[in-house]
This record gives sequence, C-alpha cells and structure tokens, in this order.
Amino acid sequence: MSQLFLTTARLLRTQGRRSAFLRALSSEAADTGSREHIDGLVKKDKVVVFMKGVPEQPMCGFSNAVVQIFRMHGVDNYSAYNVLEDENLRQGIKDYSSWPTIPQVFLSGEFVGGCDILLQMHQNGDLVEELQKVGIRSALLDKQPDSDKDKQ
Amino acid sequence: MNVGVKQACRVVTAYRGHLLSLTTSTRSAGTMSTAEKQPGPVESVIREKLSQHFQPSHLDVINESYMHCVPPGSETHFKVVVVSDKFDNEAIIKRHRMVNGVLQEELEGPVHALSIMAKTPKQWEDSGGKVSKSPACRGGMGQ
Repeated sequence: MSQLFLTTARLLRTQGRRSAFLRALSSEAADTGSREHIDGLVKKDKVVVFMKGVPEQPMCGFSNAVVQIFRMHGVDNYSAYNVLEDENLRQGIKDYSSWPTIPQVFLSGEFVGGCDILLQMHQNGDLVEELQKVGIRSALLDKQPDSDKDKQ
Repeated sequence: MNVGVKQACRVVTAYRGHLLSLTTSTRSAGTMSTAEKQPGPVESVIREKLSQHFQPSHLDVINESYMHCVPPGSETHFKVVVVSDKFDNEAIIKRHRMVNGVLQEELEGPVHALSIMAKTPKQWEDSGGKVSKSPACRGGMGQ
C-alpha cells in the first residue's frame, strides 16, 4: 500500500515538473515581456503608452491623466497597451525602461517618462515641441492664435 | 474590471476621504489630541532615505493611500516632494530616476505608486511652493 502511495506521489511529482517545463517553453515562445518584443512595440508607433486599462476606460488615475493630456493635444491614434491584462508585459516594461511605475510613455521609441513628467512637459510647453519632433502637430497650437486674437 | 466592484470601490474611497476630512476638522478644533496620526514604518523609511541622500531644503512625504482602493492605514501610494540642489543641471527624467533609485527597495516591495516632484531650491522658490494635486483613483489597483 505504502509502495503504491510512493509511486503515485513520484508520478505526480514528475508530472508537475513536466508541466512546469512545458509552461516555461510555451511562455518563452510568446514572451510578451521580453526585451525584443517590447523593443518592437515601442518602435512600431510614434506614440506608445503602457497603461492600466484602455484609453476608453483607464483603470488608474495616473494612466487617465496621460490619456487626458494626449487628448488635449489632439493625439488620439497612439498605441496603448494594457498591462493589467498581461503580467509579463507589466514586469517586462519596467525592466525595459528601468522605470518602476506605470504608466510609461514613449515617443518614437524613446522613453519619455510617467504621468508626472508628461504633466510637467504639458505645463511647460515641452510636449508640443516633443510631439513636433516626431511629426505630430499638437492641437493646442491651433487654439493659440485664437486666444492671441482675443487679446488684441 | 467589474463595474459594480469599481463603483463600490469609489464609494469606499469617497467615504474614507469624508472620514478623513472629518478627523482633520475635529483635530483642528483641538479635541482629538490623543489620536494624532503617526507616520507608518514605510513612510518613515522613505523620509529617512530621501533626507539622507538628497539633503533636501524641503521634503514632503505624503501617504496618499487613503485616496485609493486599499485597506485603511495602508502604505502603498505616496507622493514625495524633494527640493535639493543635487537636482541642479539634471533633466527631469534623471531626477526621477535618482529618486526611484534611492527608493528602489520600497518600490519593489510595499510601495505601489510613487508620484515625484523633484525641484531645485530656485525652482521651488519660483513656484511658490505649490504642490500639484494627485489624480483620483479609478479602481484598477488589482493584483
């Protein structure tokens, strides 16, 4: 009886190890957290955001702030990746940019920062310039002449 | 996330904020002297590390966890305001990296969100010492 128990236990152990091995293999095949994969994502589009939730429904105040800032500049067609849906990506992006928090913003493949930095760039006008560098005209530029006219 | 959960979360957060404003107003009336809020262990460590590393002329460590969907008394969401001449001639992203670096252990551990204001004494003076408000929670704390 005890022999049977031992054999079963051993069998289960091997099984467990094997499935862990298979899991490792398959996750490697589609490792969304790998440097190569993320490198591809950030370079694929001019504006790339890693956030919690989606632009239509951000799940975090900081991610929402990033979405709202881009909206003010008329930037709508950026790529957004929801890290809440992919634990590998969530950790991978932190490692990729050596930045511990989400959201993260990339312009033309270059890491810009998180919510605090984007907000500051928005407030001091740097964001308009940075967008221009990647060939995007901020919608705020078109509003400026109107307010100038008002003043005259 | 389930919309119901999210709404409940917002209600709890709002309620907690309400409670907080109640305690604050009571405290300012001077009737709650025994219940002074002590900084938690994580807050203390953050304060200590930032003081040591940046020798700031001004330092705020604000526990904003109550604004989020975490249990009362949590130490998960912080805002830090660091004013130090060590930030002179450093770009903003570098300044944030410096602060993140000093708090690496905390960020890998209990701290879930860290909002950073890193200024030079000159910038701090020019800004009139204004600290921007943090965005409200949207229920995606999860995992």
